[in-house]
Amino acid sequence: MSDFRTPLSRARGLGSAKHGVSTWLFERVSSITLVPIVLWAVFSGLKLASSDYEAARVWMQSPVNAVLTLLLIIVGIWHMHVGLRVVIEDYISKPLSRAALLLLNMFVCGLSGALAVFSILKVALSVGGLDGGAF
Amino acid sequence: MSQGKPGAAKARPLSPHLQVWRWHITMWGSILNRATGVALYVGALILAGWAVALASGQDSYIAYTGMLGTPLGLLVMLGLTFSLYYHLAAGVRHLFWDAGKGFDPKFSDMTGVAAIGFAVVATLATWAIAFMTGAL
Repeated sequence: MSDFRTPLSRARGLGSAKHGVSTWLFERVSSITLVPIVLWAVFSGLKLASSDYEAARVWMQSPVNAVLTLLLIIVGIWHMHVGLRVVIEDYISKPLSRAALLLLNMFVCGLSGALAVFSILKVALSVGGLDGGAF
Repeated sequence: MSQGKPGAAKARPLSPHLQVWRWHITMWGSILNRATGVALYVGALILAGWAVALASGQDSYIAYTGMLGTPLGLLVMLGLTFSLYYHLAAGVRHLFWDAGKGFDPKFSDMTGVAAIGFAVVATLATWAIAFMTGAL
């Protein structure tokens, strides 16, 4: 197959990075994964909204609830990281602002995801009450 | 290259922009999908905050859920419920497009209306259930 790129574009080195397909695929796979998880999350949210702290803690100690909440957080935050990345790349063209926002997106997703995952594991794996906890 | 007068480049026709574009339902659908996605970004941070509050003990949990129960908190939760259902429906619509189906303009208009309709109805149903189960 012949090369369709112009000499100028080749000289600038701004061609395909050859790994865009994995990002595209991840967007689709995470979308499909999130459909059932999100419906479960609405159902659970309704249940949790009418219960108190103790009931919520016991709820999180069920393996199914803890794992599905972890998956909701991990897949959801990854999906939104990729999504907001596209929004930033579409609307922000100044190189410095774009780089700063892309970094901020990554840090916010990484920090909130890590905090949520640790918190869920702490509640799910602890025996008894949590008063006087680590936070 | 054309040899126009100096300054002629300014008068060249521009591509249609939002001000001169006839608004149609698929356009609303696309913009709304992106807007609800950004709203859900905030929603995910609220969810992460909920998990941290739960792990921090009873006092933090009561303070956090109390904040969500204020009129402003409930308004945010209502918006997030709609965003979640709309983004879900629009996402399914996108998956069909990825499979090469649903591009016919009439059908596409129909699924656009259906996605918004589903989000409104599902939001009302969810909040009706929340009201009946004593979550509010």
